[in-house]
Amino acid sequence: MAHGPAKGITRWLYTTNHKDIGSMYLWFSFAMFFLGGIFALVIRAELFQPGLQIVEPNFFNQMTTMHGLVMVFGAVMPAFVGLANWMIPMQIGAPDMALPRMNNWSFWILPFAFAMLSSTLFMDGGAPNFGWTFYAPLSTTYAPPSVTFFIFAIHIMGASSIMGAINIIATIVNMRAPGMTYMKMPLFVWTWLITAFLLIAVMPVLAGVVTMMLMDIHFGTSFFDAAGGGDPVLFQHVFWFFGHPEVYIMILPAFGIVSAIIPTFARKPLFGYASMVYATAAIAFLSFVVWAHHMFTVGLPIAGELFFMWATMLIAVPTGVKVFNWVATMFKGAMTFETPMLFSIAFVILFTIGGFSGLMLAIAPADFQYHDTYFVVAHFHYVLVPGAIFSITAGVYYWLPKWCGNMYNETMGKLHFWLAFIGLNVTFFPMHFSGLAGMPRRIPDYNMMFADWNMISSVGAFLFGAAQVLFLYNVIATIIGGKKATDEVWENPEGLEWTVPSPAPYHTFETPPEYK
Amino acid sequence: MLKAAGGLCARVLGFAVLLMSQLALADETESLKYNMTRGVTPVSQDIHGLHMQMFWWCVGIGVVVFGIMFVSMFLHRKSRGVKPANFHESTWLELTWTAIPILILVLMGIPASKSLINLYDTRESEVDVLITGYQWRWKYEILGEDVSFFSNLSTPRDEIEGFAEKNPNYLLEVDEPLVLPVGKKIRFIVTANDVIHNWWVPDFGVKRDAIPGFTNDSWAIIEEPGTYRGQCAELCGKDHGFMPIVVEAKTESEYRAWLDEKKAAAAALAELTEKTFTFDELYAQGEEVYNRSCAACHQANGEGLPGTFPSLHEGIAVGPIQDHIDVVVNGVPGTAMQAFGEQLSEVDIAAVVTYERNAWGNNMGDLAQPLDIYNHKQGK
Amino acid sequence: MSGGTYYVPEQSKLPIFASFGLFLTVFGAANWMNGNSSGPWLFFAGGLTFAAVLWNWFSIVISENMAGLNSPQLKRSYVIGMGWFIFSEVMFFAAFFGALFYIRALALPWLAGEGDGVDNALLWPGFANEWPLMTTPDMAANGENAIQKGPEAAMSWPGFGGLFSWLPFWNTVVLLTSSVTVHFAHTAIKNNNRKQFNIMLGVTVLLGFIFLFLQAEEYIHAYHELGLTLQSGIYGTTFFMLTGFHGAHVTMGTIMLLVMWLRSVLKGHFKPDDNFGFEAASWYWHFVDVVWVGLFFVVYVFG
Ligand code: HEA
Ligand code: HEA
Ligand code: HEC
Ligand code: CUA
Ligand SMILES: [Cu+2]
Repeated sequence: MAHGPAKGITRWLYTTNHKDIGSMYLWFSFAMFFLGGIFALVIRAELFQPGLQIVEPNFFNQMTTMHGLVMVFGAVMPAFVGLANWMIPMQIGAPDMALPRMNNWSFWILPFAFAMLSSTLFMDGGAPNFGWTFYAPLSTTYAPPSVTFFIFAIHIMGASSIMGAINIIATIVNMRAPGMTYMKMPLFVWTWLITAFLLIAVMPVLAGVVTMMLMDIHFGTSFFDAAGGGDPVLFQHVFWFFGHPEVYIMILPAFGIVSAIIPTFARKPLFGYASMVYATAAIAFLSFVVWAHHMFTVGLPIAGELFFMWATMLIAVPTGVKVFNWVATMFKGAMTFETPMLFSIAFVILFTIGGFSGLMLAIAPADFQYHDTYFVVAHFHYVLVPGAIFSITAGVYYWLPKWCGNMYNETMGKLHFWLAFIGLNVTFFPMHFSGLAGMPRRIPDYNMMFADWNMISSVGAFLFGAAQVLFLYNVIATIIGGKKATDEVWENPEGLEWTVPSPAPYHTFETPPEYK
Repeated sequence: MLKAAGGLCARVLGFAVLLMSQLALADETESLKYNMTRGVTPVSQDIHGLHMQMFWWCVGIGVVVFGIMFVSMFLHRKSRGVKPANFHESTWLELTWTAIPILILVLMGIPASKSLINLYDTRESEVDVLITGYQWRWKYEILGEDVSFFSNLSTPRDEIEGFAEKNPNYLLEVDEPLVLPVGKKIRFIVTANDVIHNWWVPDFGVKRDAIPGFTNDSWAIIEEPGTYRGQCAELCGKDHGFMPIVVEAKTESEYRAWLDEKKAAAAALAELTEKTFTFDELYAQGEEVYNRSCAACHQANGEGLPGTFPSLHEGIAVGPIQDHIDVVVNGVPGTAMQAFGEQLSEVDIAAVVTYERNAWGNNMGDLAQPLDIYNHKQGK
Repeated sequence: MSGGTYYVPEQSKLPIFASFGLFLTVFGAANWMNGNSSGPWLFFAGGLTFAAVLWNWFSIVISENMAGLNSPQLKRSYVIGMGWFIFSEVMFFAAFFGALFYIRALALPWLAGEGDGVDNALLWPGFANEWPLMTTPDMAANGENAIQKGPEAAMSWPGFGGLFSWLPFWNTVVLLTSSVTVHFAHTAIKNNNRKQFNIMLGVTVLLGFIFLFLQAEEYIHAYHELGLTLQSGIYGTTFFMLTGFHGAHVTMGTIMLLVMWLRSVLKGHFKPDDNFGFEAASWYWHFVDVVWVGLFFVVYVFG
């Protein structure tokens, strides 16, 4: 076996090393985050004031759709897979991922899939314009021709996710160092184990629903056409059976990251380890029986409506357990507030706010007023941006010194945090108000009564975007140079990854370590 | 690290204060609306109550949870020289904070379930309205009254494109509002003709998906006369943001008068079918109809959008007139091109066909008369 | 590496070429469906690339194993991987089965006006819920002018009397038998009985081909004599989607088993205690078989 990385570009193209693949995932996701962010800025620029200024309504819809798709499938999911690739083997004391070649395959599908997806922007009829939830029949009978490319892009990126998830499960189940029992695994590993299970369970369902679309579009079937005996709402059921677990796929690994960071900077063991594990499992289980809360207004029978309302509300219980555990971990600790900790604390607060609005949405009668308004947009950006994105950012600051051996610049890190924190709240908090005031989502133009909130949101979005440029600069500067990091990096952090040198050697744990 | 922790608190508080002050202002300026409307129906008021109740629960929980967090961030920070404790478990604590949320949820869920059951009870309605969503307009049909009409956005293009000052009802105004009586139980039956739309009037607390091929229903008793505005609330394509809803709630007698007026207008229109129009009359009317009903897709200049909506400078619009009439009357099944036979009067169809064949340099020189359309519909 | 530690392979060109092949395949397919003349070319070029990569990939995996590079732990990773892959396939099928249940249990009754507050009779006057759905809502409401038409005849349960002249019954027999023969093959290789292994596996592959042949016959019958096509309303839709998707899996399974058979016959691969390549294919085969049993009841017997 080779001992160091190969030279030149082929190191990346042909690699089987989990650290290289992890880095590629992370850079890819960063690029997609910027691409999705640019789409978001087009949206925000158009919505800066009432009237049509910058883009056509049809193009606006393409921006909304591509923004959602790129952020969800291109930015957040690959970022978590990247972190999993880097950290899981190091945290469980394994030499690499279980199936290293398949690992590289999972990665390389993504650039192709997203190139294909993005190329639709230049096709006749334009890119997909039916929202990231692509409800039929808008996405079938009434879709632009590029929908076929969209469908196949989903197919192959789904295959990538499934292979990635299988790899992670095999790694965790099979490659733990001796002594690393399940209940001793770091929470990041636990949350990823459960996330991988969710992925394998629901990505095929997504593939199923796009296959049905493909059949309806090109082969004359009538899955989603009432005239032939089908039902457009069938689409929504199948989609959300995937879609709701999908949103937890985007948050469970975040829980894991934050559960690693808070104890380190509180200098106190994580409170309630076991209940954290059970809560994660409970959330994953419940995520399969709540999907129709996205469909409260489609006319479900009353019994269904009640069932899905109560099941959805239940999710607050295990999620609450997690929040309380984090607070209890901080309580009576000896806290310092380095950048990863700042992002984690903001995560806890702002994610909880997003959870609260989620709970309000879960109240079916109230959802009749909230549904498809900016209140929903506010909800999911609060759980996704300070949720998924902040946790990823926290994780990057936390582990970056281990990856590249250099310490990032703390002042710049803090500056990034505060700009992002302020920008984010200025962007997304007003959306609660415009939503409650009655502004529907996915519209390029609106009445003047929503004008003030939108103007504030747009300003915030550009501020938040600028903060991310700082992040990019920070990361590159740290990789190029900076103070050398110690092997432990932080004060007494928990976990095997801190027992190897910084930067982590190309191959770690070729002989498994004995874990306590 | 006092500064950082203090800074975080200060930021959050400062931000909250900023928002609060804006909210206080909001009462005066209508443009800063920030909360859900109470509305004018029992259901909407019920929902508003639930909403506020939920909101205060969340605020309460937030104050407790974030309060404890901020306190420990302040007291238990390393810069104060504290030594970390080492506890990491407490069964009774964990049980408590599992049980209390469950209790709170039950307290939230019970009234919500009651409201929901009430909201679903559409029995014993006094007026039934069939609402059909089209790309991008609404059709209303008062069942049992033989009244049916389309309702289109009436905001002028100039306002949208910024050439004219926007009026206060910008994008929330239509050519023909739906008129309903106050104090009666009205049942809305909602469906769609092409893609999914959603009929939403916030003041009624009614939001129902309009699903092609299926019906959904909901109800309202409007307690106060007035004009109520809403919008389509499901992404339905290009002009999703441009299909508003306007309902005028009137007294019973005014409502009756409106019904009669509508019926009279329909009868008058039917008579016009017999009439023969001049080319200029048809062309002028056709231009109006085209801009109202067709330009959204085929564009004002007839060029369409490549790949999505065909250009009318070539193809059927400059081919045999019977084919042209047929496309407009029957649409092209399975595409966005709807059957306009039911949507437009014979006169309007004749006019728009004439217009398309002769506008934008299409010099076909021929015209269609309302009677031609009538005959075509009858299968000649 | 040896001594029981995990085998981490050298750099490999395979993954990126596999990705490229896959991309080309679907990119070609999409172009093809959208009527671009380059579509089929791209599609077949991609498919060939992909197949070639897979061929290489499996050859390398096999030779690594024969070179003794694979520790028991790595072999366990393969087992786990295959297991979860099959689970993902289960969920793929679940989407289509779910669609069928939803249509039959909920959508059709609603279309026919059942349920509280449902006025679908306004839209589809005269539509009645039946299964197989011969009269679509479109036909009920629009008669001759309907676009979405149902089939002329359906493919359903002939009663016990007609059982033996009923194709799906024989398909079931064929597939169930093949599941048994593949199991025998497995026992044979465990007992180091190469000859019986080859025979039993060969029979399994043959049965796979027979199944596919019969299914092709059935489709021809449906298209030509029953007027039952992909386009015949939701009945045709679900019928062909479920059976067709299953058929695609049988094809894959048959190819997998055929390769295993050739490996054994031509190269003498597989040992009594080391035959996971074959075992994985046989698991896949059993899975495809179980799905068929589900299909048989849901689509045919109660269809
Ligand atoms: C990371 C992603 C993520 C996460 C974690 C969540 C979490 C939750 N979501 Fe969210 N949601 C989305 C992403 C996410 N959501 C997206 C993307 C959409 C829109 C999709 C689209 O249409 O495009 C959406 C939409 C959405 C809807 C549909 C709205 C509509 O379209 O009308 C609903 C309705 O019920 C909902 C509910 C919830 C609930 C109850 C939670 C719960 O998990 C939250 C639980 C957390 C808490 C409650 C806070 C902490 C708990 C405590 C402090 C304990 C004590 C609290 C109480 C007892 C109140 N979400
Ligand atoms: C993880 C997922 C994720 C993330 C991170 C984001 C991030 C952001 N989203 Fe997101 N959003 C979704 C998921 C996400 N969104 C989804 C699923 C939808 C629903 C789609 C649908 O309706 O179908 C949606 C919809 C949505 C809408 C509603 C659109 C509509 O209904 O029409 C809006 C409107 O403001 C919006 C804004 C933003 C903004 C401003 C950010 C910002 O956080 C982005 C910040 C990032 C950048 C700005 C890029 C980095 C910076 C540069 C490239 C440098 C250049 C910039 C400057 C110098 C300023 N989003
Ligand atoms: C919601 C979008 C939409 C609206 C509104 C619309 N059309 Fe169309 N129209 C289409 C589409 C899509 C087609 C192409 C159908 C096909 O695929 O053949 C089309 C096709 C046509 C054609 C045939 C063009 C050709 O050469 O094949 C004519 C004529 C036409 N429309 C006229 C009209 C008229 C008149 C109106 C208004 C009264 C109108 N359309 C409104 C979407 C629309
Ligand atoms: Cu109609 Cu949106
Ligand atoms: Cu959800």
